[in-house]
Amino acid sequence: MKTSLPLKVLNVVGLIIMVAIFAMPFIWMISTSLKTLGETMVFPPKWIPDELIWENFVSAWNSGPFLQYFINSVLVSVGILIFQFITVIPAAYAFARYEFRFKNMLFSLVMVTMMIPAQLIFLPVFLNLSDWGLLDTLWGLILPFATSAFGIFMLRQTFKQVPEELLEAARLDNSTDFKIMMKIMVPMAKPTLITLGLFNFITHWNDYFWPLVMTTSEKARTLPVGIAQLRQVDGGVAWNILMAGNVILVIPILIIFFFAQRHIIRAFTYTGVK
Amino acid sequence: MAKIQLKSVSKAYGNNKKVIEDMNLEIQDGSFTVLVGPSGCGKSTTLRIIAGLEEVSSGEIWIGDRLVNDVAPGKRGISMVFQNYALYPTMSVRGNIEFGLENMKIPKAERKKMVEEIAEVVDLTEYLDKKPQNLSGGQRQRVALARAMVKKPDVFIFDEPLSNLDAKLRGQMRTELIQLHKRLGTTFIYVTHDQVEAMSMGDEIVILDKGHIMQQAAPMEVYHNPANQFVANFIGTPSMNVLPKSMVEGKTGMITDERISYIGFRPEHADMQMEKLDTSGINLSCEIITMETLGSETLYLVNSDAGQFQVKSFHAPLIDTKKVHVTIPMDKLYYFDTQGNRVFVEEIPFQTPVREARGEVLV
Ligand SMILES: Nc1ncnc2c1ncn2[C@@H]1O[C@H](COP(=O)(O)OP(=O)(O)OP(=O)(O)O)[C@@H](O)[C@H]1O
Ligand SMILES: [Mg+2]
Repeated sequence: MKTSLPLKVLNVVGLIIMVAIFAMPFIWMISTSLKTLGETMVFPPKWIPDELIWENFVSAWNSGPFLQYFINSVLVSVGILIFQFITVIPAAYAFARYEFRFKNMLFSLVMVTMMIPAQLIFLPVFLNLSDWGLLDTLWGLILPFATSAFGIFMLRQTFKQVPEELLEAARLDNSTDFKIMMKIMVPMAKPTLITLGLFNFITHWNDYFWPLVMTTSEKARTLPVGIAQLRQVDGGVAWNILMAGNVILVIPILIIFFFAQRHIIRAFTYTGVK
Repeated sequence: MAKIQLKSVSKAYGNNKKVIEDMNLEIQDGSFTVLVGPSGCGKSTTLRIIAGLEEVSSGEIWIGDRLVNDVAPGKRGISMVFQNYALYPTMSVRGNIEFGLENMKIPKAERKKMVEEIAEVVDLTEYLDKKPQNLSGGQRQRVALARAMVKKPDVFIFDEPLSNLDAKLRGQMRTELIQLHKRLGTTFIYVTHDQVEAMSMGDEIVILDKGHIMQQAAPMEVYHNPANQFVANFIGTPSMNVLPKSMVEGKTGMITDERISYIGFRPEHADMQMEKLDTSGINLSCEIITMETLGSETLYLVNSDAGQFQVKSFHAPLIDTKKVHVTIPMDKLYYFDTQGNRVFVEEIPFQTPVREARGEVLV
């Protein structure tokens, strides 16, 4: 198909606007993180600081136990990821491939949990964890997210697309169900799993609400909470330090995106198991 | 190696009508048995029941001297080749072939040797580390075959394994499978809806219709001695001509046997002549409606007092002729009752006119 020149121009202009909308806050964040405090206040705002103040990052990092926060963040995000895979894969396999009593009812129940906002259940979960003595611990940050209804739903769809013949062939090859799941289904669902894993990681890496309500001390705090505390510097907000903190927060995600880009694009353009 | 028996097996999916009803089937040890029948007649279901992929509603399945109703598919000593090959897409060719062995807990070194041996047999050695997606249809078929063979099963089952291949490759694979069967001497059960495939490959043919066995016999037996009208129709191209007896009786004489209501004959047994001959048999004057020349043979559709039927002739095609005479020898006739079952007769069941005709020739 050939597109006419005006249409092409329109296309490019549209794309530039889209990129600008998405990239602007990001660029603004980086720019601010390199300014002096005074420079953050000037009007009209400057895109490129007169002088790049790399020390902002050092100040941000040193203004609290950021190494601790960072380790906590990694432990929580990775922990959630592992738990979710452990629970979501077998559940999705069962819903996709087994016939059992109350299957539809149970699946509806799983689906319903997706529609309940987290703010609604946070209180009972909070009380629950408090009973178990898990407040202000990493477990308290991991366990409430140990499974994911959305993950079960997505993966079940993928598993359902695997041709029945493959499972039959495996059964004739004397394979156990566990092996069918791990050796045949999971490899075929790799793009879905990568997508789920990425979303999951980003969501929980950036999560602010839950760690904020669950933690009271540094030992269990994660990066987003730690960085938000940078605001509480006496005498107004040090925007440059705060933004440096934010850059520190997003760097790991940027690195992951950089390396997983190929997979991410494939995961999104992926149209099904052949 | 093992003989397989189904004893009054029935199968219904859910609460639907039975797909297979009270089937008794015996498959001889070491035979190449072909299940054939129209689409939806229950061929795949029968296979899957033998393999254990489908549970029976009632009845018993015996493999060798084992009752296997409750034996898992992987423990029945069966290998299956699927229509769409069903290769594991994320595993290499090697992985595909090895998977079953792994599950049989065969040590790694031995597995490697077995895989390499079998790859040699099916000529896949250089593809061992490729993924199935990167292979051609014929190569995938070979992987599927290798995967089945490497387990050294007692029984091989095939569900239309060649239907996805082009005609040439199909012919080639057909020969290879026949040779494979000769070499292994293992029981082969093979499903197809192509009667040519059935006739050329099987040493035993089971013809199914609507979940019932219509006949089980050797290919030539099925052709020369069909048990009923269905088999007569299904086997042979073109299929047998079957005419109601009333249409044939007129000139040839009344039929004495009460049971007979249809008369059949194969197109290739009808003799077509320009002149009326005095040979004994059913003599019909016919008009050619259409003609198909197939090289060595010619196929005619003709119209007669007895109705339309087909004639296959190995003579040079009769191009300019319309009016012909067709003679069907008495000993080439098949008789069927109202239900379509074969009626076997001791002697020619026509009244005197036939004898008279014969008398005339003698005088
Ligand atoms: N899972 C199922 N659920 C319900 N009905 C089924 C199922 N599988 C097969 N059937 C029905 O059972 C009958 C026999 O099916 P089967 O697959 O054995 O036919 P087939 O002889 O192999 O036909 P084909 O030559 O088309 O493969 C068909 O009428 C089909 O609709
Ligand atoms: Mg079938």
